[in-house]
Amino acid sequence: MDNTDELKFQDFEEVSHLLSLDPNATTVAVSGSPASLSGEEDVKLDLTEDEEGLEISKLLGGTPTGGFWTFEYYKSFFNVETVQVMDRVKGSVMPIPGRNFIKHYLRSKPDLYGPFWICVTLVFSVAISGNLSTFLSQVGDQTYHYRPQFHRVTIAAVVIFMYAWLVPLCAWGFLTWRKGAEGQMGGYTFLETVCVYGYSLFIFIPTSLLWIIPLEWLRWLLILVSTVVSGSVLVFTFLPVVRDHTKLTATATLVTILILHSLLAIGCKMYFFQTAVHMTAPQTTTQFMMTTQVTQQEHRQGASLVLPAT
Amino acid sequence: MAEADGSSRPFAGLSDVSISEDIPVEGDISMPTISSSQDDGFSTLDEPVKDTVLRDLKAVGNKFVHVLYPKKSKALLRDWDLWGPLLLCVTLALLLQGGSVDSKDDGGPQFAEVFVIIWFGSVIITLNSKLLGGTISFFQSLCVLGYCIMPLTVAMVVCRIVLLGSSGTVSFAVRLVVVSASFGWSTFASTAFLADSQPQNRKALVVYPVFLFYFVIGWMILTFAPAQ
Repeated sequence: MDNTDELKFQDFEEVSHLLSLDPNATTVAVSGSPASLSGEEDVKLDLTEDEEGLEISKLLGGTPTGGFWTFEYYKSFFNVETVQVMDRVKGSVMPIPGRNFIKHYLRSKPDLYGPFWICVTLVFSVAISGNLSTFLSQVGDQTYHYRPQFHRVTIAAVVIFMYAWLVPLCAWGFLTWRKGAEGQMGGYTFLETVCVYGYSLFIFIPTSLLWIIPLEWLRWLLILVSTVVSGSVLVFTFLPVVRDHTKLTATATLVTILILHSLLAIGCKMYFFQTAVHMTAPQTTTQFMMTTQVTQQEHRQGASLVLPAT
Repeated sequence: MAEADGSSRPFAGLSDVSISEDIPVEGDISMPTISSSQDDGFSTLDEPVKDTVLRDLKAVGNKFVHVLYPKKSKALLRDWDLWGPLLLCVTLALLLQGGSVDSKDDGGPQFAEVFVIIWFGSVIITLNSKLLGGTISFFQSLCVLGYCIMPLTVAMVVCRIVLLGSSGTVSFAVRLVVVSASFGWSTFASTAFLADSQPQNRKALVVYPVFLFYFVIGWMILTFAPAQ
C-alpha cells in the first residue's frame, strides 16, 4: 500500500479483498467454524511437535495435556476415584434399557484403570478357575497327577487382551466410518469404546469362578446369563449411534457385537474348563498312567524295582 | 612532593608509624566442608571390602526387619535398594523349580516366568500407582513391593519342607494356612508403606492391584507340585 493512501479514507472492499486472498488470516470472526479453523492454524504456528499429539488426542477423545509420549498424557486417563469405578462396575452388571453406559456413567471421563485391571483379573480368574475345575473333576482318579498348567495364563492373557483392544478398535472404526459417510455427529471416541468393552467384561469374573462347579447345565446357563447381561450393556450403548443407520446395518452391527461377545465366553469355557479326562494325546497319557501304576504298586509292595525304560 | 609544610599535609604523622613484626596476627582459616566429605570418600575407598559388603548387608537386613514388623517408618522408603528384591525373587524362582516330572508342558511356572511376573508385575503396579497420582517414586515403590515378597518366600520354604514329609490332604491344609497367612502379611505390609502416598479417595484403587499381585504369587506357591 502507498504511504499516501494511509491517511485517506480506506475502502472496506480492500479489506474484504485481502481476506479473500488469505482466508486463514487471524480475524475476529463471529461465526463458529472459521474461528475454529483459524484457532488450529494459530496453534500450528510454533507447536509443531504437538501436532501429532493433537491428532492422537482427537483419536482418543480425551483432553490431555502434552503429547502422547509424556507421562501426563496417560495420567489424564486415570483420573478416577474409587467411588466412580465402583459405580461403573455396578452399571455394567445391571443394564437398564435406555440407560446408555457411556452417557450415564462415563460422562466424557473415560478411564483406562477399569478396563485394564478388569482384563488382568479376568485372565487370572479364568486360568485359576480352569485349573481348579480340572483338579476337581479328577479328584477321585488315582492316576491323576496335579499340574498347575501355568501356560494357560499366557493363552488367557493373549486372548482376553486382544479381544479387549481389537474389537473396540474395529467397532469404533466401523461406526466412525459410517458416521463420516452420513455426516452426523454423536459417535463415541475410541477410548470410550474401549472403556465400555472393558467394563462389560466384568460379569465374566464371577461367572468364571462359578464355572468351577462341575455341572454342565449350570455352566451353559451361566454363559447364557452373562452373555445376555454384558451383551445388553453393549447393545444399549451402541443403539443410539446405530439407530440412524439403515435397519439392516443396525441389526447386523448389533448382532455381530453380540456374537463376538458370546464367542469369547464360549471359547473360554470350552478351552479352560474341559471336563474330558485326557487332555494330552492318548498314547502319552496311557504310557504315563502305566508308569505311575507300576510305581504305586511298587510302593505298596515295599520293594524297589527298576522302572522300565520308556 | 614535599612542597608544603609537614603540618598542613594530611596523615602527616603516619609516616613515622611502623608496624613491627612482633605483633601477632591471629585468626581462623576455616576450610569449607567439601574437603571433609572428600575425606570420607577417600576413607570408604580405603576401607576393607568386608566393611563395604557388610554395610550393604546390614541395610538389606534392616529392611527385612522392617517388613517383619511393618510400622509406618520411612526408612524403607528413603534408602531404597533393589538387592533384597533381587535376592528374594531369585530364591523364590529357584524354589519353584523342581516341579512335576514333565514340566515342559503342563507343569509349573518356569524360572523366567516367575521372574517376569514378579518384576513386570511390580513395574505395572508402580506405574498404576503413579498414574493415579501417587507421590512415591518409581524405585521406592519397586523396593517396597520386592521386600514385601519376603513372607511369601518364607512360606515357600515351609511348603517345600512340608512336602518333603507327605503330600496328602493334611499337608495341603497346612500349606493353605501358611500361604494364606503370609499372603495377608505381605499385602498388609506393602499397603502400610504404599497407601500413605495416595489421596484418600483412591486408596482402594491402589491396594487392589497389590492384592492381586500377591494373590497370584501365593497361588504359584500353593500349587507347587513336587516331582513324584
